[in-house]
This record gives sequence, C-alpha cells and structure tokens, in this order.
Amino acid sequence: MSLYLLRRLLQAALVMLAMSVIVFVGVYAIGDPVEILISPDADQMERERAIKALGLDLPLWMQYLSFLGNALRGDLGRSFVFNEPALQLILQRMPATLELAFGATIMALIIGIPLGLYAGLKPKSFGAKCIMTGSILGFSLPTFWVGLMLIMVFAVQLGWLPSTGRGETVDVMGMRWSFLTWDGLRHLAMPALNLALFKISLVIRLTRAGVRETMLMDFVKFARAKGLTNRRVISVHVFKNIMIPVVTVVGLELGSTIAFSVVTESVFAWPGMGKLIIDSINVLDRPVIVAYLMIIVLMFITINLLVDLSYSALDPRVRLENK
Amino acid sequence: MKQTLQAALLAAVSAFGLTAFVPAQAQNVQSVTIAVGAQVTSLDPHYHALSPNYAVAEMLFGALAGFDAHGRIQPGLAESWRPVSESVWEFKLRPNVRFHNGNAFTAEDVAFTVARVPTVPNSPSSYALYTRAIKSVEVVDPMTVRFHTEGPYPNLPNDLAQVSMLDRETHDGAATEDFNSGKVAIGAGPYRFVSFRSGDRLELARNEEYWGPKPAFERVSYRIMTNNAARMAAVLSGDVDMIDQVPTTDIARLRREERVRLSEADGLRVIFLGLDNSHPEGSPFITDNDGKPLTVNPLHDVRVRRALNMSIDRNAIVERVMEGSAIPTAQFLPPGTFGYVPGLEPVRPDLNAARKLLADAGYPNGFRMTLHGPNDRYINDARIIQAVGQMWTRIGVRTAVEGQPWTTFVARAGRQEFSAFLAGWGTASGEASSPLRSLTATYTRDRGWGGSNRGRYSNPAADAKLEAALRELDDAKREVLLQEATRITMEDVGIMPIHIQKNVWALRPGLAHEARADELTRAQDVRPAPAAR
Repeated sequence: MSLYLLRRLLQAALVMLAMSVIVFVGVYAIGDPVEILISPDADQMERERAIKALGLDLPLWMQYLSFLGNALRGDLGRSFVFNEPALQLILQRMPATLELAFGATIMALIIGIPLGLYAGLKPKSFGAKCIMTGSILGFSLPTFWVGLMLIMVFAVQLGWLPSTGRGETVDVMGMRWSFLTWDGLRHLAMPALNLALFKISLVIRLTRAGVRETMLMDFVKFARAKGLTNRRVISVHVFKNIMIPVVTVVGLELGSTIAFSVVTESVFAWPGMGKLIIDSINVLDRPVIVAYLMIIVLMFITINLLVDLSYSALDPRVRLENK
Repeated sequence: MKQTLQAALLAAVSAFGLTAFVPAQAQNVQSVTIAVGAQVTSLDPHYHALSPNYAVAEMLFGALAGFDAHGRIQPGLAESWRPVSESVWEFKLRPNVRFHNGNAFTAEDVAFTVARVPTVPNSPSSYALYTRAIKSVEVVDPMTVRFHTEGPYPNLPNDLAQVSMLDRETHDGAATEDFNSGKVAIGAGPYRFVSFRSGDRLELARNEEYWGPKPAFERVSYRIMTNNAARMAAVLSGDVDMIDQVPTTDIARLRREERVRLSEADGLRVIFLGLDNSHPEGSPFITDNDGKPLTVNPLHDVRVRRALNMSIDRNAIVERVMEGSAIPTAQFLPPGTFGYVPGLEPVRPDLNAARKLLADAGYPNGFRMTLHGPNDRYINDARIIQAVGQMWTRIGVRTAVEGQPWTTFVARAGRQEFSAFLAGWGTASGEASSPLRSLTATYTRDRGWGGSNRGRYSNPAADAKLEAALRELDDAKREVLLQEATRITMEDVGIMPIHIQKNVWALRPGLAHEARADELTRAQDVRPAPAAR
C-alpha cells in the first residue's frame, strides 16, 4: 500500500515537471511578455531594464532551473503583471471558483436526481419524455450562449438578478466567501445555473439508467414481496444503489469544473481562477500560468488517487498493489 | 472568442427587442458604479505604466501637472512652472494641499517621489521613463522645487504629469503590495481608498479635503469587467451606472436605446499601417505575381508607398468598419492638440493615379504582399486590415491578410518579420514629440529613439527637426518644428495613419460625463445630469 502511494506521488511529480517544461517552452515560443507589458513610450534602455527585472535576459534553461530551485522551496515565482506571488494570487481567487463549482454541483444533484428518478420510474410518461429531451439540450447548448441568454432574460429583461460580477463577501478563515450573504447568493445564482446545466443533464441520465436497471433486480422484488411500501423501496433500497455511479461521476466532474469554468467566469465577469488564467495567458504572465497548471495537475492527481483508494475500500476485489 | 460573444449578445438583444422594458430601480445619487474594460494591475502608482493604472492614480494620488479632457496640459499639484535657465525648470507647488492622512504636501515629497520612481522592484514598465531627464532635484523652499536636466528639456511638465506624487513620511520604504492592500494607498487625489480586490473591484470614498473641484459622488465602486458582452449587459440591466470601451458594433443600436446614453470624445489613439524598411534586398512577405521573392524591397520606393496610401479609402473604413466612431486622419494627433498640422488632410483615394505611381516605380502589374495585424488588440483591427487588403488589391498589389493574437503579433513585429502591419499609438502626453520619437524616428539605441519603430523607417530630415524640437523651450517654436517633422514624415509616407479612434462611454440617463481624449475613465468626471424640465 505505501509502496503504491509512493509510486503515485512520484508519477505526480513527473507529470508536474513535464507540464512546467511545456509551459516554459510554450510561452517562450508564443512571444515576449515584456513587449506586451511595457508602455509603448518606453525606449530601448527601458526595455532592456524591464527584461532584466523580470529575469528574461537569461537563457531559457537558466530561467527554468532557477524556477525549479525556487519551486522546491515552495516559491512558484511572482506574477509579471501584479508583482505578487503567483500562488497567493491564485489562492485569493480560489474561493470564488470553489463556491461556483460547489454551487453548480449542488444544483445538479438537487435538480438532477428527482427528475432522473421520475424519468426512471415512469419512463413512458409524457413528463419523462420532456425531461429526457430537455437533458439533450443541456448537453448540447454551448455554455457561453446559454450564459448570455440567462443574462438577457433574468438581468436585462426582467431585472430579477444582477447581470454579472460577484456580490458582497464575508471573511471566514481569512478567505472571502460570498455565498453567506443574500447579495452574494443572488450574484451566484445565474453563473452556477449556467455551469450546472450540463451536470444536471448528466445526473438525470445516470439516475434514470440506474433506476431502470435496479428496479428489475431481485432485491427489489424481494422487498416488494416482503410488503414494504413503494416509497421505502425507492427511497432506501433503490436510491442507495444508484448513488454509487452518480457520486463517482459528479466527484470527477467537480474537478474539471474547478479547473475549467473559464467560459462561465468570463461571461459573468466572475473573479475566479478561470478568469485569472485567461487574463494571464493574454499577457503571457508565465509565473501565474505555470503555478495555475501545477495546482490543477496536483488537484486531478489527488482526486484520481482518492477515487482509486475509495474503490479499494468499497470493493475488496480491487488490489492496488497488482495494478 | 470575444467577437463570438459580442455577436451572440447582439443576436440575443435583437431577438428580445430590448427597448420594450425599462427596469425601475432605486437611483442612489450618493454613489456611482463604473465598469471598466481593462485590468487595473496595481495601486502602486509607480509600478506599471498602463492607462487603467493612470486612471486610478488620478483618482487617488494626482501629479504636479494634469491633462484636461482634450489632452492639453494644465496645473495640478503645481500651480505654475517655467524654465529658469536652459537646463533648470522651476515648479511652484499648490499651497495647503494635504494627503488623505493629513500630511502636508511639500517640495520634500516631490524630491522623494522622483527618487522612488526608478527604484520600484520588478516593474514590467517603469515610470522612470518620465523622470530620467531629471539629473537632480533642488528643494528651494517648501513650495518651490527646481529640476536640473542634462540640457534643455521642454517636455518635463508633460512627463511629470504622468508621475503621481507620494508622501515621504508615509511611503518611505513602501512596497507595491502595501499599496494593493490599501495600507499606504494614500495620496492627495479627489478620492480615498476604501478597498481593492485585484481583478474585481476598487471601492473609493470622496476626499472631502480635496484641493480642487469637489467630485459629485461620495462613494465609487470601480469594477473591472474585461468581457465586452458582460460589460454591456451590466449597463443595460442597470447593475452599473457607466461603462467604458463600448464595442463599435453596439454603438448604432445604443443610440436608439432609452436606457443608456453615450458620451464620446475624439481620442489620442491613431491606428496606422507600418511598412517594412529594414530589408533592402527583399521584404519577407513580398513576392512577384508568380510567388517568387523580389530582390529589392518595393516599399523602399516612395512612389510605391504613395500608391498604397492613395488607394486607401479612409472614409469608407471609418463609416463601414468603425460605424462612425473614428475620424479619418493623415497625422498622429486630432485637431486641437500640440503639434497638430492644420491642413494636413488624408489624400483623396484615386485608383488611377495610384496605378500610375506603381507603374512609374516599375511595377505595372503590381506584386503580392501579406498585410499582418493583431486581431484582439485594437477596435475592429482584423476587419480594418481586411478592408485595406481589398483596397490594395484593387490597384494591383495583391494582398493577403493575416490577423493574429497580439501576444504573437507584437513579438514578430518587433523582430521585423512583417512587410506591412497594422498597429496603434496612443499619445499619452498629448503632444506630437511622443509618436515622432518612438514611432518614426530612426532606430537609435543610445538616444532611445524609435523604440516602437517596428518598420525601421528612417528619415534624416525629420530626425533633424525632431532633435531641434526636443531642445526648444519656446512652445510656439517647438510646435512649428514638430509640425514640420510630422509633415516631412507623412509626405514621405513613413507610416500610413488610417484613423483616430473616438472614445465611447455608455451611462444611464440620469448622469453626465465629461468624455476624455486620453481614454481614462475617472469617477470625478461623472456627475448627476442637470434635472430635465
């Protein structure tokens, strides 16, 4: 077991290393951050000074080695644009992205499971057909378009919700959270729904498939024969069984929501990590790009590891050492 | 991506018939919410020379001099200035000015500020550019300060207008982070710091002790919304009171919209085409009609440059591509600025004359060329190069067009990899020596000339006029020299100016805004509109 963990950690380190090399070479190939950041009025001397100040005068391999040395001490560099530690910049924006991702996931479960249950239990009904057709839309409509439509209808036309941005925040544990205020929730509603749409459809389909499969199982027949009420059969016995795939998939989806909610964040001007990474790519702010991707790689590796570990806990037939 | 979003918003807007519904909202006259399209990267006024940072610095701090809405210099924290000798400027400071913490503003603070500017660490674009001419600062008395320069330096007031004044006592040893956290975001400006969340918003409160005209609003929420569609939706839905950088595609529709009104000014940003002057033995993207590289660079021949210039229909570009939010131009600056050349108008498009010039130059059948440009930097940049490409093709210069992201474009243009390219220039100092020195002067590292001269154009006659202008302390004589340098450059088609952008803001009907030529969005320029009778 510990050998397995060690090997996984080593793999993680290698992936992060490879990724940082790719970003370094990639940013170098795209262009020169100084050309983008510097005032056009700047003369040649000023340009040379800026290149030196940002450490870009050294050959690429030396820049990379010094980055690596600092990274081992936990310092991922300072943003070229903001002159603040890249890691700190990202962590400052993390709460905004986390509450958006969790908001979307919770919405997906609250809306998706009941609809999926209904569609699974009464597959022939008109309502079920509507739900299933609707879920196709959820899969196929582009996020940015749906986002703009939501803004047009609920903010511009009806004026019920604020169009963009994040609401009031309160400080909890040194981080700013907006889901604890009414204003914050109002701001959160549309972007979270926009991000949730795809997940709702996913949960509906998973739940429906699970219900239809489970309802035919022997233990359901047995429970019925035992004289349990329909309500109890579904809410306890069926429900437990269908939750395993739903939770697995939603958990993995959460990771990609945190990492890649870029489109929703920029349509709604949501000050999260996704917007930071897009802005950083536009100005070639290499330290932030590298730090962000490293955090994301680390997060995915951790989630995958947790999933593998939980499988082995749930199912003794899965032996990690034999993999 | 941006353009797709805009198009989608436009489609959505027309689908829903926007004018139908006007939300009733409580209008609070005490506070104003402004959404801006560009990122404020730092509150340290000496860290990153970038226009959104200037706008914030003018609200919080203030400089010795400032610019009025038309880009003309005017007194700021200094009441007056004059050269006392060839190499000494004397500035008289405004008396009784206090920083937000109550400290008095004196000549010592000026000396401290000038010393701090070049020492800000890791600056990606330093303000030292504006203080470098100063050899030493002499504090004559608390209200008088003298700047000693290497030789005559007429642009010192304009340069110092970019440098926010700090307080020696408060800011000694202050780091950029201390400004961002608000600890030392203390200036002498019309607004004081309340809170700042990088990439999201800046909250400000009125400085009741401000020396100048009192701003109308007590509280300001200055939001950063880089996405055009999001910014538009925010002002249409009434979430914010004003936005800047209104997309040109929406302007025609917004003029009919009851929920917003537009505030416009001729800007100081010229959009121009640069031409390759650095490859005499053949330019990288120019071939003959069969695709074989040419052994000479046709752009070295002024007749070819004139032909290309003459074939561009600037009025068509302004009307069709820019939807009227630009003015056609043949020079760097709009009318009314220092160094504007009266009577230097765009040449009338004349295709036959252009073809004849090409034939005279030895290209009766034209040649092939690629015109490059950014596609995410200037308003409608990619569409402008498409239009120009078609216009050039009509006179026989078969032009392919290639737009690319600014990040890639600017690096390649800086390496002289293009034959012809589109770029823009914003003259922050409001006078013509800035573009003449950076854009068209001969690239000379030692003098710091031609820093943005990406085509490496060179004209000794224009250089000589510019050099004389940069040493001329008499304003009237200097303006004439700058006008002559501009005229020489434009007659030689060193660059081809296309148009000067208009700056457009959208605000809710109850407000009035003084639109600025320099693109800065400042809260002190907004006030409640006089009540309609």
